Formats: sequence, structure tokens, C-alpha cells
Amino acid sequence: MSADLLELSAAAAARELAAGEIAAHELLGVYRARAVAEELNCFTWVGDGEAPAPPPGSPLGGVPLAVKDLFCTEGVPSQSGSRILEGYRPPYTATVVERLRAAGAPLLAKTNQDEFAMGSSNENSAFGPVLNPWDRTRVPGGSSGGSAAAVAAGLAPWALGTDTGGSIRQPAALCGIVGMKPTYGAVSRYGMIAFASSLDQAGPLTRDVTDAALMLRHMIGRDKRDATSLSFPHEIALPSAESLAGVRLGVPAELSGEGIEDGVLDSFMAALRRAEELGAEIEQVSLPHAPHALSAYYVIAPAEASSNLARFDGVRYGLRIDDPAHPNDLLGMYTRTRHDGFGAEVKRRIMLGTYALSSGYYDAYYGRAQRVRTKIVEDFRSVFERVDFVVTPTSPSVAFPLGSRTGDPLAMYLSDFCTVPMSLAGIPAISIPCGLSEGLPVGLQLAGPAFSENKLLDAAHAIERKLAFDPTPARMAGGAGGPDARDGGSAGAGA
Amino acid sequence: MTDFEPVIGLEIHIQLATRTKMFCGCELSFGDPPNTHTCPVCLGLPGALPVANARAIHFGLMIGLAVGSQLAPRSIFHRKNYFYPDLPKGYQISQYDEPLCLGGQLAEVCIHRVHLEEDAAKLVHVGASGRIHASDASIVDFNRGGTPLAEIVTEPDLRSAEQAGEWLRLLRTTMRQLGVSDVNMEEGSLRCDANISVRPVGTRELGTKTELKNMNSFRFIERGIRAEIARQEDILRSGGRVEQETLHYDPDSGRITSLRSKEQAHDYRYFPEPDLVPVAVDRQMLDDAAAAMPELPAARAQRLEQLGLSEESARRLAFEGELGDYFEQALAAEVDPAPAPQALANWVLADLLARLDDGQSPADSRVTPAALATLSGMVAAKQVSVGAARQVLDRLVAEGGDPASIIEVEGLSALDGGDDLAAVVAAALAANADAVERVKAGNAKAIGPIVGYVMRETKGRADGGEVTRLVGEQLGI
Repeated sequence: MSADLLELSAAAAARELAAGEIAAHELLGVYRARAVAEELNCFTWVGDGEAPAPPPGSPLGGVPLAVKDLFCTEGVPSQSGSRILEGYRPPYTATVVERLRAAGAPLLAKTNQDEFAMGSSNENSAFGPVLNPWDRTRVPGGSSGGSAAAVAAGLAPWALGTDTGGSIRQPAALCGIVGMKPTYGAVSRYGMIAFASSLDQAGPLTRDVTDAALMLRHMIGRDKRDATSLSFPHEIALPSAESLAGVRLGVPAELSGEGIEDGVLDSFMAALRRAEELGAEIEQVSLPHAPHALSAYYVIAPAEASSNLARFDGVRYGLRIDDPAHPNDLLGMYTRTRHDGFGAEVKRRIMLGTYALSSGYYDAYYGRAQRVRTKIVEDFRSVFERVDFVVTPTSPSVAFPLGSRTGDPLAMYLSDFCTVPMSLAGIPAISIPCGLSEGLPVGLQLAGPAFSENKLLDAAHAIERKLAFDPTPARMAGGAGGPDARDGGSAGAGA
Repeated sequence: MTDFEPVIGLEIHIQLATRTKMFCGCELSFGDPPNTHTCPVCLGLPGALPVANARAIHFGLMIGLAVGSQLAPRSIFHRKNYFYPDLPKGYQISQYDEPLCLGGQLAEVCIHRVHLEEDAAKLVHVGASGRIHASDASIVDFNRGGTPLAEIVTEPDLRSAEQAGEWLRLLRTTMRQLGVSDVNMEEGSLRCDANISVRPVGTRELGTKTELKNMNSFRFIERGIRAEIARQEDILRSGGRVEQETLHYDPDSGRITSLRSKEQAHDYRYFPEPDLVPVAVDRQMLDDAAAAMPELPAARAQRLEQLGLSEESARRLAFEGELGDYFEQALAAEVDPAPAPQALANWVLADLLARLDDGQSPADSRVTPAALATLSGMVAAKQVSVGAARQVLDRLVAEGGDPASIIEVEGLSALDGGDDLAAVVAAALAANADAVERVKAGNAKAIGPIVGYVMRETKGRADGGEVTRLVGEQLGI
């Protein structure tokens, strides 16, 4: 019985809830039990006690939602994966979490993440790494690693994540699920603990494209508390396309060759052939400045982060460490608090960003990075005059072994090579699973012009149907604790 | 010895009298219990985002119009990064190289720019001294944090402490007239820093400047600038060099101390605030700002001069707006006989102000504008002598009332030039033989004791001019 419940996609569960086939508290109870017993370290907090009944007639009817730790949730720990915010319970709830709750998606759990969303493996969390449900010796990707692993392992129907340079799409790819980064401004950032303000965007991590569309439908829209949020020009429709007739897909040479693992490339090319069978026209395009995107990103994002993270000073909330010998020494308190409260990667980026904004260096670093960003926007604009979407592998590699890149920041940064250009351009992009390489999922990324979400979801839906990728084995293994996740079967023992 | 010329520029911060803060919906307050007007945004809680206050931008545009700035069709906010407990986000949202208003002029001083920013919170130092040094603890009150500020930066066009003080009063009146701020130095809604340098008279190159911080009254501003000018002149005269530094003036001791030197200067790492969109000023916003503009002091001074006032009186009434308001109410009072504008202005600026407490406004006195107008009109029509009118004014200041009835009850109406006054003059001549001799010998000033006698005898009711005429007539000169 509970195994059947766990099999339901979020959209299917919402239908059954609306039809009275299942009860909201029952569904929540099953997932809570799974979440409490999980062994992947996906969650930093799991709800208990009585969950408020979903608003009557709400479209989501009570489908539980896992939420990345960095979304502020009133009275519930919201720590952004950092020791400096350990135990911090905000007095308010992020707009997007509030909207989803109002639509009938109660908070199931908060998910583990890289500290302040800085990382591509979830190994930078103060609360320990998350394990990939496909292979527990490997990373789930990051920074939304807890959200991706939880959805892949069937520990949550769906999850909310954030994407700054690939933090939804890359872990979705590494965990074999769907992840979408909307157009910048489509979703309110109010209540999201910021990493890089001009890039951060919330989005869904789901089992399929339909769920992604369903969640996004209840996320978007102008929020008067976020000056950068925009009125979305239309409602998000549930995708129905099964053909790609007349759809032009552009494969940028810069993001589909050098630096991509062979197995990933093979899987990607095979998926393109299937897309062609659906009627898509595939052509090679060029994003000439894309190779510089990562460099620009690693100036802009740390620069903004160095400023965004200045508020963690021990004065008002979170960790505070006074110098016992000099309790009145303000500078000493700042230094100790931030030294002990931030992890190594966060400190590295604060230093990078501080340097990039320093007087005398601003033009050479921040100014130049912004000019590169403008060039990348122009690259995409001209490509979208020729094709409807850009397609790339989402991640240059499949999930890598835990610890294999922690000593080499540059290797880690390269994980976002294919996703960062879209972030800099502020355009929507979705990653869907397109096959396996070495038994591990490979992601395919589709990106379109700003506000093309509906068309993007339709195209992704058509490819998803054609590929018929089955993420189920991995999903059903997560809570069972079997020695090999892929052999865990569909027992749903955690429930 | 070389003569030096001071060169002074001012940076003025004005708290805008909006209902809510610059980037959140918290109400502005003064004197409320600490930390009762706060929210996630102005406390800098994780995840909170700023939204610019449209009213503050409207006020900023009005200030720009008042000083003739170029209003930027597009301006942006920047982050100014530094750590301090009164700055909850670790940065202040301000404007940097693309401010709301550029250039302009107020009276003789050119304006460099006007921009918008948010105020810091207030630090209260607990302990005996009340100063940060030797305090036991510092407590942060975030009620003030996020209050909208307009920063007005002048060009270095001022040449003396007194001129700086006078110009700042004009600015204050202008802002008050605009209704954009309470501009109260004691409450901190008007704050001023001064950039000061000196150079040998006749040279054009600017000397090294120092910045004198946060002087919190007009008196201290003038004193502080004077002290800093003197300090710099002493250094240069003794062959030294002025260091570029930020200074604090202590009004109690008169001492100037260094807050930080050039080497310690902050690198604020300004960059465009990514949480806000550019301020795009459209036609509607410009029209709204223009429609809200009242008459400004400079225009008022011109209008008052056209009424026949001296330039000095007109400027004073216009620049100290409350005096101008009182004067114009008096002038508008329908009294018969009507006063002449300049005479009425003299009654306000000289006689009335001299009888009020320091800093007291005529509007707060017992003398109504109509009463002063009546008195001035009666003097002009010679219904009461100037001396008697001053006695009446004493009574009005002390008790209020109607001048005409006071004159009647006290019998202070002017003696006409008839027999009664002639008789008193005759008695005065008889009683002051020495003075009479000297007057006859051509010493006009010697008439004083004679007139004084008449005034004593008539309790000041006699008209001075009439007395002089009668003296001449009776002595045959």
C-alpha cells in the first residue's frame, strides 16, 4: 500500500488526493517515516507533529515538499548548510515556500546542501556529505544535492532547490531526475539565503517533466518584496508534446566536445538521435564566449557572495564566538566567528570576491567579468535567432567518487562548465535524464530564451517520453539501506 | 606672513520624512522604545531583500529640482561594504557613480550631487562615559536603521565658517519648505560633515583637505570649522604639512582628534546592488515632483524685495522661513492704518526678536501677526510714537492683547503738535539752560537732554520729530 503511494509522481498524487483516493495525512505520514529512516544524509530537518491541512480545494492537495535548507521557513532550522547558521530558525517564510504551501504542498523536510550553495558535490555541507542513491560511494552533485538525492531515492515526491551556476541541473543529472532553473526573475528570491543575487534562482527537482511544470506553475510570479522579480507573461501549462516536429535544436560546439567524458558524450549523442526521430532538426551552433563563462562566473558570483555573506557577523543571529581574553574586542569577535563559522570553500570565495571588488582591481576583474557576461547574453540571443533551444550534456561527467575532487577546486568548478553560461544569461534551462554511463545517470540540458518555459517543458516532455528512462530502481532503494542502491528493488521498506 | 584662504565643501545628510524606511515597510520613528520598528529587511536577516521607497525617490527629485540639478533618467544603487555593528547587512545601500541628481546650485554654492541611501542603526554605549571608549557594552537600536537619507554634496565653494553656517541655514529652510525632512540637527535629521583645506590667498591649487565629521549643531559646525582652519594654518605657518585624515571635533573641549588617516581609509568595494533594479525616472515622476514644489527661499527673497524690502531684510525673512511666514501673515492682516512693508519687517526682525528668548519663534510668542501689524500701522500714521509703541510691544510680549486698547487704557496715544506739547517743550527749555545755549551755538546733538525731558514728562507719547520742530520754533532757530 505505502509502496504504491511512493510510486506516485507528484502530479499523480495530486490527482488522487483531489479525487479522494488517498488522504493527505496518510501521504505525509508515509514520506515522514521514509525521511526519518533515510541513510543518504539528505535531510537536515524532518517535520513531525500535526501538519496543517492543505487549504480546501488547493491544486496540490497535500503533496509533501522537501525544501533546500537555504529557504527560510518560519520556526524551522534554515541554515544554508553552514555552521554559522546552525540552529537558526527564521521568523518568516520564503515567498516561494509560502506559495507552494498555499497551493497545497506542505513542508516535509529541509534538505542538505553545499554551504551557502557553494559547491558541486554536496561535500561542503557543515552537516556532512549526501550520498548518491545510485552509488553510495559517489556524490549526488550540488549544491542542491540533498534535494536531488531525496527525489531520486523516493524520499520525497519532489523538492525545491536553487540554481546559481548549475546547482539544480547538475545534481539532477547526477541523480537521474529532472531539474529546472527558470528565467531569472520568474521566481521570487525573497527568503532565499543568498549566494549570488544576480544569479540565484529557485526551481523544481522532480521525478519527471510534468512534475517540474506543476511545481513551477505554483512558484512563478511577481513578488513585491523582490524588486528583481517579474510578472510571468503566461501560466505554466502541463506539457503534452510527444513530437519535436519543426523544433530546431542547436548543439553548441563549445559545450559538447572537449572536456566531456566519453560515456556522457555517447549517451548525449544517442539522445540527440532519438530527438531526431521525433522530428527535431539538429544543427551545430556556436557560443563563442561560452568557454569564458566559468571564469566570469567565478568572479561575479564570489564578488556578490563576499558582500551577501558579510551579514553573518555574530551580532544579531547565528554563531558568535567572543575572544575569552578580550570579550569587548569587536574585531576579534568578527574574526573568530567567521573563521570558525564558515567552511573552507566559503572562505575561499569570500576572499576571491573581496579581492575582485577591491579598489584598483575592480575594472580588471568585476568589470571585465560583467563585459564577458554581456557577450554571453549576446551569444545566446544570436543563437536563438536560428534555433529554438540549445542542447548540451548537463554535466561533463557522471557522479564522481566522494572525495575525488575536494582537493582540487578547479576540477570541482569544471562540473558547472555546461550550466554556467545559461545562468549568466539568465535564461531557463532544464536537465532531464538521458541514459546511463557506467551504470550512472547522464543528464541532457535544454535551454531556451527568457520566458520560454512552456515550450522548453514541452520539448523536454517529448524527449522524456521517447527515451523512457526509468529512475525507479534507484529511487526505491534509498531508505531501505541495501548494500547496493541499484538492487534495492521497490520494497519501500522505510515506510 | 602669508595670508591663508579656507576652502570648504559640505556633505549634508538629510533624513527624509517618508512614512516608511528606505527599503522596507517599517515606519519611521523617533524616541520609541528600541527595536520596535524592525523587520527582516532592516535587520539584515538572511534571505531578506530591499525594495526602494518610491516616496523617497520623489523627495530626492524634489531636492534636485530645488537646487537645479540634472535629474538622471536612470540611476542605480550601489553597495558600500564595511563591517560595523550598526550596519546589519555588512553593507550600506547607497548611490555611487550614477546618482539620482547631478550638479546644481543653491545661492552662491554649487552642488556636486544629491543621492539617496539608507541610514545606519543607532549605537548606544552603556557605561559611565556614554562614549564608545571605556563603555561597558554597546547596544544597537535598529529603529533608525534603514531610514531614507538624501546626501547632498557641495562643491568646495565656501570660504569661511560663518558663510558655511549661513548657507547651511538656507539649505535647512529650503528643505523644510520642500517638506522633505524635519531637518532637525538635535534629532539627527540634519547632519553635516565638512571638507576643509586652506591655501595661500591668491593661489588656485587646493591644499590637502581633512574631513570633519558629524557636527550636531549650527554653533558647533561654525566653531569646528573655525578650529580646523586655525589648526591647518598653524601647521602650514610652522612649515608642516596637513595630513589627509578624518577628524572629530569635540565641542566640549574644542579639541580636534583624528578618527583615521589616509592609510586607514576604508576600501568600500562599491559595486552595483544586484538586489535592486535601476531607478528609471519617467515623465509622471518628474511631473509629480514638479507639481509638489512650493515657493523656495531664493524666489521668496526676490518677491519680498519687490514689495520694497531691503535685500538684507528680504533674505533674512526668506532664508529663515518662519520669520518670513510671520511677516507675511502680519502684512496680510487687514488693519487700518496699514503698515509699510519695510517698517513692519523692522518691527519683526529688530524689535520683536530682541524681546524674545534665544531661538524662540515669533509664531510661538503672545504677539499675534495682526497685533504687530496694527502697532506698526499706528506708528506710521503717527497715532503713537515709536517710544510708546515699544512700551506697547513690551506689554504684548508679556501678556498679549490688542495694541489699540493698551494704548487707550494706558493713555499712550501720541500728543499732537498742539498747546499741551508746546507747554512741555517750553518747560524743558527752561529746565535745561546749558543745553539751550549749546543748541543755539550750533551743536545739534545737544538737543538730547531737552528731548529726554519731554519724553519723561509725556511718558514717551510725544513724537520725537515734532518735539525737535517745536524746540527749533521756540528758540527761533
